Amino acid sequence: MLIRRAPRFTAREITDPELYLSRRELMAGAAALALMPGAGEAAAPKSEPLAAKHNPAFSLSEPATKIDHATTYNNFYEFGVNKDDPSRLAHTLKPRPWSVQVDGHVHKPKTFDVDELIKLFPLEERVYSLRCVEAWSMVIPWIGFPLASLLKRVEPTRQAKFVEFTALLDPNQFPAQKPGFFGFSSLDWPYVEGLRLDEALHPLTLLAVGMYGQVLPNQNGAPVRVVIPWKYGFKSAKSIVRIRLVAEQPKTAWEKAAPQEYGFYSNVNPAVSHPRWSQADERRIGEFRRRPTLPFNGYADQVASLYSGMDLKKFY
Amino acid sequence: MTRRTRITLKVVVWAGCLAPLLLLGYRAWTDDLGANPISFVTNTLGDWTLRILLASLAMTPLRIVFGLSWPITLRRLLGLFAFAYVCLHFSVWIVLDFFFDWPRMWADIVKRPYITLGMLALLSLTPLAATSTTGMIRRLGARTWTRLHRLVYIAGACAVLHYLWLAKVGVTDPYWYAGALLVLLGIRAGDWSRRAIRRRTAAVAASATSARLIDRKRFSP
Repeated sequence: MLIRRAPRFTAREITDPELYLSRRELMAGAAALALMPGAGEAAAPKSEPLAAKHNPAFSLSEPATKIDHATTYNNFYEFGVNKDDPSRLAHTLKPRPWSVQVDGHVHKPKTFDVDELIKLFPLEERVYSLRCVEAWSMVIPWIGFPLASLLKRVEPTRQAKFVEFTALLDPNQFPAQKPGFFGFSSLDWPYVEGLRLDEALHPLTLLAVGMYGQVLPNQNGAPVRVVIPWKYGFKSAKSIVRIRLVAEQPKTAWEKAAPQEYGFYSNVNPAVSHPRWSQADERRIGEFRRRPTLPFNGYADQVASLYSGMDLKKFY
Repeated sequence: MTRRTRITLKVVVWAGCLAPLLLLGYRAWTDDLGANPISFVTNTLGDWTLRILLASLAMTPLRIVFGLSWPITLRRLLGLFAFAYVCLHFSVWIVLDFFFDWPRMWADIVKRPYITLGMLALLSLTPLAATSTTGMIRRLGARTWTRLHRLVYIAGACAVLHYLWLAKVGVTDPYWYAGALLVLLGIRAGDWSRRAIRRRTAAVAASATSARLIDRKRFSP
């Protein structure tokens, strides 16, 4: 039987490309203005335009979340637990020079400079939905390249079964990595995330170096982060310094902090509640009413096959 | 305390309790509530409910520790403001967050412990607000009224647990509130036990005195 999936968006919701482009021109203009000395000082984030070819095959047709919201409402625990901590403290992070070590079970381990990465792989723009485990979501035009391109270049060996991402550990650049009162720390640093190798090689998995036509702002994970749109946002590790191919499932930062709340897979799943709140719906930033959450954040037709035969209530 | 100081104190409390609400209104007016306004408003109202509730619970300890009497005159006002804030907090949840989706809200109340506790805190504050007038104190009788108003300890504990339970890993604010509540209740507990001991000593002393009197009577020639 042929089951036709209903379109995810009604025609009404699709933004006219002309409008979208003019919006981007406006943003490019705003970016240029921000670059001008003295223009819109403290408030405007330092932004550098970054050219990339729009990839419509991997893009939602929904309007992007306002850039002001995407750059001021962030979960980035290295800066603090509050949503405004990352944008407030972002200046402490120095995203250049920056190198990313790619090693583990690979034939050709290599440490890449981030600018070298940007030159090696053609950059594309993809508009993805980002669903936070806290039941809110955004639509973000990322700039980057498939993680698979990088992984294929270092040639994983037969033993490689998982990919482990490690973020920068440096309390001088990430203030919240300094222990607080009574030696209290929110997470066990550095931030570690992981994917199964097939998830990492999936064409949707993106290594992002920019967003909204600009170089990635510090508070969004500069200079390089991963984006896995069918998983809760915290899976998408930021400010990555090491990508290691390993044989065993990595122990992730959130699994260590609260294993009953944050599993290794953390696929967006409206049927599996967080122990303390429902994941059945979400608030899209900029919208008033909650909207239903879709299985795999709407990417089920592309990724559900990765998990066929798995009990997703058990492997949450 | 003069009438003038009393009025000044009340004005200060009114201004202090209304300021967060006015600021919230101003931020709403100037479109400065951030990317997730509903969550921001809910959290701000919840924060201030807890702060004002803890302030109202701090009035008696101020008398116990420093022997001040004026804080007691502010207790009712602070309690009513805490109730007003929790009502706003709850209304935002109903109207803005879930937009009258009753089944969904009911499911959350019974299923999510932190929401259950929040509801319990609200429910235990309600009779206190309703019986806050001088007329009600008279009607209930001071003894019954005082007993009923011990519900505020339940409300305080539920409110603090509500926040502890909903906060995500790494958020430390709820622990400070919990610590403050423990200190405030601890001072009361210390005072109660001290008074209980004093009462017992007094009773023992009294009975000893009467025993001596009896003895004296018995052995007097």
